[in-house]
Amino acid sequence: MLKVDNINVYYGAIHAIQGISFDVKEGEIVTLIGANGAGKSTILKTISGLLRSKTGQITFMDKDISAAMPHKLLPMGISHVPEGRRIFQRMTVEENLDMGGYIRNNKENAALVESVYERFPRLKERRRQIAGTLSGGEQQMLAIGRALMASPKLVMLDEPSMGLAPLLVNQIFDIIQELNKSGVTILLVEQNARMALRIAHRGYVLESGRISLADSAQNLLSDPNVQRAYLGGN
Amino acid sequence: MTLIYQLINGLQIGSIYALVALGYSMVYGIVRLINFAHGEIIMVGAYCVWFCMSRLALPALPAVAITVIVCAVLGVSIERIAYKPLRKSARISLLITAIGVSFLLQNLAQLIFTANPRMFTNLFTGSIAIGTQEISAATVATIGVSVVLMIALSVLVNKTRIGKAMRAVSEDADAAQLMGINVNSVISFTFAIGSALAAIAAVLYCCSYSQISPTMGSMLGLKAFVAAVLGGIGSIPGAMTGGLCIGIAESLTKGYISSQLSDAVVFGILIVVLLIKPTGIFGRGDHQKV
Repeated sequence: MLKVDNINVYYGAIHAIQGISFDVKEGEIVTLIGANGAGKSTILKTISGLLRSKTGQITFMDKDISAAMPHKLLPMGISHVPEGRRIFQRMTVEENLDMGGYIRNNKENAALVESVYERFPRLKERRRQIAGTLSGGEQQMLAIGRALMASPKLVMLDEPSMGLAPLLVNQIFDIIQELNKSGVTILLVEQNARMALRIAHRGYVLESGRISLADSAQNLLSDPNVQRAYLGGN
Repeated sequence: MTLIYQLINGLQIGSIYALVALGYSMVYGIVRLINFAHGEIIMVGAYCVWFCMSRLALPALPAVAITVIVCAVLGVSIERIAYKPLRKSARISLLITAIGVSFLLQNLAQLIFTANPRMFTNLFTGSIAIGTQEISAATVATIGVSVVLMIALSVLVNKTRIGKAMRAVSEDADAAQLMGINVNSVISFTFAIGSALAAIAAVLYCCSYSQISPTMGSMLGLKAFVAAVLGGIGSIPGAMTGGLCIGIAESLTKGYISSQLSDAVVFGILIVVLLIKPTGIFGRGDHQKV
């Protein structure tokens, strides 16, 4: 479904992504794990068109999207929930959802907003509230709900567990799994490698801009090197 | 009675400042640029409506409509040609470019229309008596038109799809792009609306102060900029409030102190605001959140 082939991304003189290739098949949960600064978010931003690769190609459903403008990707079916959630803090919960459905008309949106409220009843209670006043967990729900407004085929989630209490982390991961079961393909970037590998089908381990390991999530979970480096060992 | 009269005069010039200040504030909200060429849009608007009416002998309404369109197109073109290529450069390059565009337009106008002022015939004749004082129809029309435009703008920004997209882009352009919002179109739209408001301000201004000259936009633009800063740059209600405050301050100074001091008072307000509350009445500081 998504194929990333030999991308190289630079921040000025820093070679942040060094020839990375991977793919995500329809219906999968694929996770990119790795330490802070390994380049995980950079990869998602490059797929979204917010950053550009100097080489290689990114294809989505057999279409080359390497040079697509960021706003063209959502209509194609790729939704990106960025790091730090990036909800519109000064807009209300409902306005945030409306923005998520910007590419659709208002009538379709009304139905979609209801379906998001069904999934996240908490957001319905707070629909008129300014989004910046929500708790971290609620903001993450809003960010995911907003991404679902466009009925995407592929959702890219960047550190959805960041800054959340363990109970909320479990809840968010349950939601991701449910989403996947309802047919949405997931590309998940996480520092919480254990949680990510538990729900993922496959995983890639990133080390300073390169992929060092690629395997099924189960094998990665039991790999002694991965355990030592990313799972706190035992 | 004179107090009321001065206040009404203040509201009249204040609503013109407010219309122009809205352009500064909206553009700043979206691209973080003080568009110093904005004052020149007023000047172009003034020449345009004058040209349509006295040279092409068009009736008032089509002349105003053409002026609004010309200014909107000019505003969008300036952004596309001069500002867009610099969007990722340092803010200071953008600011200097804006000042450059302003000089370019002023000198172009001088070349085409010469430095001799042109006279504009008021669209609104007659006056209304309030007590012993007379208030011109132009004053009433200016206040009325401005109020209607400001209400319309508030509805546009708060209720419509494109208005919400403008707010989204002004808050977080990258996140807005991920929502499928075309940031370039939203920026163009913002420049178009801001310039259209400046065009209307130009027509209203010419109805009360009939002289049109190539440099007329700079002082008017600067005062509107002060109004935008006073209200809190980037804030739409701020621009409206700031405009009215500056207008009333100017008019009261003219009425009770001295007309020569009115400019000093306006710029004095700018200094005081920058010293005491640089974010203005409605402004919020850009808190960096990690």
